[in-house]
Amino acid sequence: MTRYASVLDLIGNTPVVDASALSPKANVKIWVKLEGRNPAGSVKDRVALSLVDAAERDGVLTPGVPGQILIEPSSGNTGIALAMVCRMRGYHLKVVLPSNVSVERTQLLRVWGAEIIMSPGTEGSNGAVRMAQTLAEENPDWVFLYQYANPANPDAHYRTTGPEILADVPEITHFIAGLGTSGTLMGVGRYLKDHKPGVQVWAIEPPSGETVDGLRSLDDGYIPPVFTQNNGAELLDRKVVVRPKQSIEFTRAMSEIGLFVGISSGAIMAGAVKCAQEIPDDVEATIVTVACDDGWKYLSTGAWTDDVDDVVERAKKIIYF
Amino acid sequence: MASIIRIPTVLRAAVGGNATLSVEGATIGEILGKVVAEFPGVEAQVFNADGSLHKFLNIYVNDDDVRYIGGLTAATKDGDEITLLPAVAGGATA
Repeated sequence: MTRYASVLDLIGNTPVVDASALSPKANVKIWVKLEGRNPAGSVKDRVALSLVDAAERDGVLTPGVPGQILIEPSSGNTGIALAMVCRMRGYHLKVVLPSNVSVERTQLLRVWGAEIIMSPGTEGSNGAVRMAQTLAEENPDWVFLYQYANPANPDAHYRTTGPEILADVPEITHFIAGLGTSGTLMGVGRYLKDHKPGVQVWAIEPPSGETVDGLRSLDDGYIPPVFTQNNGAELLDRKVVVRPKQSIEFTRAMSEIGLFVGISSGAIMAGAVKCAQEIPDDVEATIVTVACDDGWKYLSTGAWTDDVDDVVERAKKIIYF
Repeated sequence: MASIIRIPTVLRAAVGGNATLSVEGATIGEILGKVVAEFPGVEAQVFNADGSLHKFLNIYVNDDDVRYIGGLTAATKDGDEITLLPAVAGGATA
């Protein structure tokens, strides 16, 4: 067995597994990169380490100096990953979290010693971002790494996730991932377009704008600065919404081929199947998708066991992306 | 050639409180033009002064974002479902 000096050395180099059993076409292969294998359980381990490393390099954070406080908005995975990295590096983390995330997410944050500040669930991730921005302005001594705008976020994927995918699946024709901060899509997408022009990049998103009741007008909307900084509208070839019911159905379908992954991974697989359906029968294609995390944090939703319509109603009320 | 338009909560007051509208048209631009003609109050929420789409408004034809399939010239056909959604911050996994 390989030995590692630190848990942080376990981040990245995740496996890719053949999920073509779910492809609707024999000429289209689908591979899934299992980001749940990261030590804090999600793709966000890469981002959290990259954000903290960059801050230390820039002198924003100083390893070994006690009393340094970070604040970050997160609907879960970034907060959990940052909490793990902060605990190892000796920083105190405050996470602003919408109150309607799954219970396992808050439990995990506490495992790693993060302090939780709840923002109104009706305002979704938008509300968490706004509250973190306000708190950071009021407390200028706190470090606000701001994953939605920090170049170290897509950079983590340009440096690690992208090269891993191209090395493991050099025949890739399509890359499909979820759109949250857009870090994965911008970083991997740009790497692939730089090194294998012609690869199509598709974004999958949840219909979250439907459930954000706190939105007073369209001008309260939000596009992550990471998306605009990387010319996301030019980089992406397609952007598709996947509904909660489809997300649950594909999360279950993935479990039938042995893949116990989170609900957003089901949504992304649904998008991959839609993509495969559009590829002509005489064209060989290889789709690579990302399973952002494993299913553990979503067990309380009953996603694998309860009546699908009941789960969909529950999923509408929680943030799973 | 009627398409069904699903209106998000934030825009409903500007279209007479309707959650859905049924509008005929061969392109997204034509359909939105008819909506604005009937409900002039919604124009500033949907379009910028230069006629382009409001940056925080995403429009989907059968769940495909129209910005990537031709924008206002994206074709629509009878029975298509058009969804208007505000752009909001995503979550934790992407």
